[in-house]
Amino acid sequence: MTIETSDPVLVQPGVPLLEVEDLHVEFHTRDGVAKAVNGVSYKVHPGETLAVLGESGSGKSVTAQAVMGILDMPPARIPRGAIKFQGRDLLKMSNEERRKLRGQRMAMIFQDSLSALNPVYSVGFQLGEMFRVHRGMSRKDAKAKAVELMDLVKIPAARTRVNDYPHQFSGGMRQRIMIAMALALEPDLIIADEPTTALDVTVQAQVMGLLAELQREFHMGLILITHDLGVVADVADNIVVMYAGRIVERAPVHAIYRQPGHPYTKGLLASIPRLDLKGQDLYAIKGLPPNLMRIPSGCAFNPRCPYARDVCTTELPAAVPLGTGRESACHFAQAVLEGEVAADVH
Amino acid sequence: MPETTPTPQHNPEHAPTQVEQRAMDLATSEAVAIPTQASSREEVVAAGDGLLSAEEARSLASDAWHELRRNAFFVVSAILIVLLILIAAFPGMFTTTDPRDANLKDHYLGAPQWSHFFQADWFGYDGQGHSIYSRVIYGARASIIVGIVTTAFVAVLGTLIGMLAGYFGGWIDAVLSRVVDIFFAIPLLLGALVIMQAIKDRNEWTVVLALGALGWTQIARIMRGSVMQVKNADYVTAARALGASTWRILWKHIMPNAIAPVIVVSTISLGVFISSEATLSFLGIGLQEPTVSWGLDISSAGDVLRDAPHAVFFPSAFLSITVLSFIMLGDAVRDALDPKLR
Repeated sequence: MTIETSDPVLVQPGVPLLEVEDLHVEFHTRDGVAKAVNGVSYKVHPGETLAVLGESGSGKSVTAQAVMGILDMPPARIPRGAIKFQGRDLLKMSNEERRKLRGQRMAMIFQDSLSALNPVYSVGFQLGEMFRVHRGMSRKDAKAKAVELMDLVKIPAARTRVNDYPHQFSGGMRQRIMIAMALALEPDLIIADEPTTALDVTVQAQVMGLLAELQREFHMGLILITHDLGVVADVADNIVVMYAGRIVERAPVHAIYRQPGHPYTKGLLASIPRLDLKGQDLYAIKGLPPNLMRIPSGCAFNPRCPYARDVCTTELPAAVPLGTGRESACHFAQAVLEGEVAADVH
Repeated sequence: MPETTPTPQHNPEHAPTQVEQRAMDLATSEAVAIPTQASSREEVVAAGDGLLSAEEARSLASDAWHELRRNAFFVVSAILIVLLILIAAFPGMFTTTDPRDANLKDHYLGAPQWSHFFQADWFGYDGQGHSIYSRVIYGARASIIVGIVTTAFVAVLGTLIGMLAGYFGGWIDAVLSRVVDIFFAIPLLLGALVIMQAIKDRNEWTVVLALGALGWTQIARIMRGSVMQVKNADYVTAARALGASTWRILWKHIMPNAIAPVIVVSTISLGVFISSEATLSFLGIGLQEPTVSWGLDISSAGDVLRDAPHAVFFPSAFLSITVLSFIMLGDAVRDALDPKLR
């Protein structure tokens, strides 16, 4: 595989690959406006892996869909914010310009590979399609490329399996094909939306390892969206934790495991099953994620937060810097980090 | 989830077993082919490839064709349909008797001569002394033209309108759906009767026009529903995320996945159109003498049903076989287009 050099958008050193600035996304529904993303900002540099962590409804996938430009608008609307890709604001581009970036410069890996691959085409045909549409290759060349890609993602006997259909592959193999498809045109940015959630644990590690390896090899930016802290530990460089459409904490990945700086992150870490605590009850964060149509005032996490004080219900906490590359949007960030506040027993 | 889902539809020749798949998942570090699995697979590929070049990625159509050739229903119905089309195109190949040759004195309601294969009196004679065999042969053309042309017309129109309404939604859907509703409200036969009444010079093409103008709504509705279901599929979003254009998504991703019910309904309506033509002719408002058609013959033989049931039987039997063949073909094609049924 060769790196494309004819690309008009040059990657400038030092400039982030992707810069999301104060992004807001809302959904207009019959029952009202759901504010899914409320001022998210993050950066991804070439070669960096950014993990976006959060539970369902935290806005992590919606942010990614806004970046890819695959939100259905309406009902979605982006009232504010900017998404700069290689210095250019995607939100100011025409649909056609954005479409040309997709697949070529940015690509996405979906959670459920069975439904994300078209059931009526063989995987070889679908992989080859990328080259036929974007590179104008002949069917024969495209198929050779498809086999090459299947080898790249380590699918055994790629030559003989290239004509098989998605349902004839196991989940792990299918997810590899999704990865191959996203990598086909060697994009600069890959967004993986819970790429291993649908897989069982042993396969999860393999697929994640493969993704990390290919990301290093091609020096791509990778946004890894997940709700599983365990998955990201080995592959991510930085982490942002989202809650109710806001980033509550951002940190280099290892720092966050050692010392979480936000009560929500702390809760997430405490709810990972651990071998040394075998036999004890597993910690769970109390309550439910907020209704996005009625996000609690002040800090959105306050109804579930064991450290909540009066100020948390009235004032939206600003991001507090906690050392290099770290910040936490909590009124008591420093204290949480150092473990000084006592949790109220509910 | 998909990891553990057993897929009972799997043809064991086509897909590795669960155990083999698991084994392949585990053999990850190198692209190692598991010997038993690879060899059985090569056999399948070698045996199954036939005329197709193994170097080319096989498209949906070529795979479907592959599948169809081994389906007995498809083979039987295809042979019948080819035969019927041949009869419609070259009736002179099958009989030398003129279907309008009437001899009342010798042949009035003459009984079938079962051993006189392909001869004028094979199926007997009708109330006008026409050879029924010859009339059945020459009558095929009207039915086939009306059936195929009308179906092609409604399938294209209905698919197009249904696809636009289903994919774009919003006001496009609102407008198109109301148009569909208006046409849907007109009963097919009654509407066709009214249209045919207004036309002085009636032939096969006017019947096609009348049935086609009213018959497309069901397909449009089915296609709309089918597209609305398919357009939310992850693979459509994935195609968008990989830079496919709207046209490409509609044509390559939505159409093939949404078309199956349309194919089935089309073949059934093909039968409906053929019998509608017969009904219109039976009612005296479709085709007119001297055109030869199964409907006209069934109509005129109705008068002598008790004396000469064979005069009704043969045109009716040909009508039924034709309709049945198309329905069987439709089923086979639908199955072949769905890789999961293999």
